[in-house]
Amino acid sequence: MNWKRKDLLGIEELNPDEIIHILDTSISFKEVSERPIKKVPILRGKTIVNLFFEPSTRTRISFELAEKRLSADTVNFSTSGSSVLKNETLLDTALNIEAMKIDAVVVRHSGAGIPHLLAKKLSVPVINAGDGAHEHPTQALLDMFTIREKKGKLQNLKVAIIGDIRFSRVARSNIWGLTKMGAEVFIVAPPTFIPPYLANMGVKIFNSLDEVIEKVDVIMALRIQMERQKGSFFPSIREYRQYFGITKERLKKAKKDVLIMHPGPINRGVEIDPEVADGKNSVILEQVTNGVAVRMAILYILLGGSPTHASQRNGAIGRRTGGKRI
Amino acid sequence: MMVTRGAILIKNGRVIDPSSKTDKVLDIYIEGGKFSKIGKNLKSRDAKVLDVKGKIVLPGLIDIHTHLREPGKENVETILSGSVAAVHGGFTSICCMPNTTPPIDNASTLDFILEKARDAHCNIYPIAAITKERKGETLSEMVELKNLGAVGFSDDGKGVKDSLLMRRAMEYSLMLNVPILEHCEDENLSIGGSMNEGYTSTVLGLQGIPKESEEIMVARDLLLAELTGARLHICHVSTKRSVELIREAKKRGVKVTCEVTPHHFTLTEEAVKSFDTNTKVNPPLRTKEDIKAIEKGLKDGTIDAIVSDHAPHLSTEKEFEYENAPFGMIGLQTTLSLVMKQLVEREILTLSEAVEKLTINPAKILNLKKGQIKIGHDADLAIMDPRKQWQFRQEDIKSLSINSPFIGWEFKGKAVCTIVGGRIEFSE
Repeated sequence: MNWKRKDLLGIEELNPDEIIHILDTSISFKEVSERPIKKVPILRGKTIVNLFFEPSTRTRISFELAEKRLSADTVNFSTSGSSVLKNETLLDTALNIEAMKIDAVVVRHSGAGIPHLLAKKLSVPVINAGDGAHEHPTQALLDMFTIREKKGKLQNLKVAIIGDIRFSRVARSNIWGLTKMGAEVFIVAPPTFIPPYLANMGVKIFNSLDEVIEKVDVIMALRIQMERQKGSFFPSIREYRQYFGITKERLKKAKKDVLIMHPGPINRGVEIDPEVADGKNSVILEQVTNGVAVRMAILYILLGGSPTHASQRNGAIGRRTGGKRI
Repeated sequence: MMVTRGAILIKNGRVIDPSSKTDKVLDIYIEGGKFSKIGKNLKSRDAKVLDVKGKIVLPGLIDIHTHLREPGKENVETILSGSVAAVHGGFTSICCMPNTTPPIDNASTLDFILEKARDAHCNIYPIAAITKERKGETLSEMVELKNLGAVGFSDDGKGVKDSLLMRRAMEYSLMLNVPILEHCEDENLSIGGSMNEGYTSTVLGLQGIPKESEEIMVARDLLLAELTGARLHICHVSTKRSVELIREAKKRGVKVTCEVTPHHFTLTEEAVKSFDTNTKVNPPLRTKEDIKAIEKGLKDGTIDAIVSDHAPHLSTEKEFEYENAPFGMIGLQTTLSLVMKQLVEREILTLSEAVEKLTINPAKILNLKKGQIKIGHDADLAIMDPRKQWQFRQEDIKSLSINSPFIGWEFKGKAVCTIVGGRIEFSE
């Protein structure tokens, strides 16, 4: 397909063909990570900056591995807290980095829309590695990749997403992606975790896991942030686990081949029992493996096809993509 | 900028003065800073003559909700710079809110503002804080502040949380005959919110501020105004239910007035999708349904005044995550043109009805002897070219801050000359 986007900011704006293109491209890249020499020269000479303004371990490492396996040079900038370097605004930081002639920016930020702001100002591709509670497109793509790999399809699958939807970018991106791909999405959470008009995103909402557990093909648990207790979103971990936790007893009611997923990091014994997280239905670690492949595919699609930095600056589109010339 | 003293004769303009239901071509003679003659075919040998044929002559516009950042943040806006922006937008009087640093809650800060106001290009009327340091704990010295020149009381930026204290403020204000201007917001309900709560906030992953956050306090304050008999003015009404509550209270005879901003009748929460932090205001941009209700409230008189809620912030303050950017946008230079574009052109209000909400109505709310073209009154005028096509460009902004989501917008109708106390403070 003829890829036209400069950036990957969210799943909301992608169409099903674009999602399929990324998932298909990821298949070949997964193979690269299984080779003894896990490196291809596709992005040799390209420099990618990973801007992580929010603590992250797995996403940052996953991106870095993806970049390195494509032979790109990488620079990491990590800081925590919401505001950027002392007297520089975020945009100054980004413009300074761009002035150093880099080829792409991967950005994670606690503020919704920050990658979008950068994408408008920068001529190079911007990849959203998670913005506030808004979107986390690469996570949703790796989740869809994992489901499709295991189930052979996404269409007509029933997927339950459980937990703190209100503050979850993973949930939002997955809702967009899965519904676009024809899956049915069930949201299971106490009402305090459900933001207003969520059903308009094309999902069904339940307040009890037991109501849906028997019919779903995939159960995706989200991390419970302990500090939400203070905001009275839920009264106690104990009660949450009792009614929304994926316990081993509850799992017995599920389909034999149900997939258990979690974007990590897991609170073992809270949203998911250790036995379930490590059990035979769990694909949690495969999600992590697939994350590298999907991110390689995205970097390849956004960067691989254009021969020089200059052509991107001129906004050249219609890059060579599609062919699996790896 | 041209500043002229001495007599001025304004000829051939279409004079619209809603206070006297005037709408006809008249000449106006200004002498000694006052209107001295109004009539047909006026002549003068020594006056400066402005032939404004084809233009509309209005009483100078009055903004009863402006944030100037002096004292405290003079790099963001000063009384002087705010007044320059005001006259470029046709405003001849602006009322500055007390959320400065320090706040206008004591005589010396009020004096400081009045002192600075002498150099301003328009009239400056300070609104003082209801409570000391705007903390919502104890009343400020309201009698003294009023006697020194405060025209009303408000803790704007936030509401008075404590219902008993609000009751006391209203009761105390009874002896002053000035209104309490209330920013209606239940702070707890708004915690963490940066836009209207609804489907858009859900999609964007931004925490919402529910309409009820405003409406609960509107309802409370209407009840307290009814209980105390005090004059209540509700600031920046943004929701349908607020309009309905106020309409109902007015019918019951509650002494309430209210205002709306141009951005709340122009933009909806959809604008936030750009993540442009200049769309972040408090109360937040709402929905089409709310705009419809505001339009209805403007038409039937439920909404008395249109105000800018001019709230300058530097771009360095605004260029942050949406969640952490401050609330507010500037508005002095766009208010009149947005009124023309959204209300007059779309025939929501007649020009005279719209002008009423920018002149005599706000004057009455704060007891200002302003907003009329009347012999003996201060000669404050805004001359508008109703056909002037223009684009609001960043370089046209006279404020020290440029936080407007309307940059780049095209308008028809603009203030082209502003006269304050008989002096031409702006002309183009």
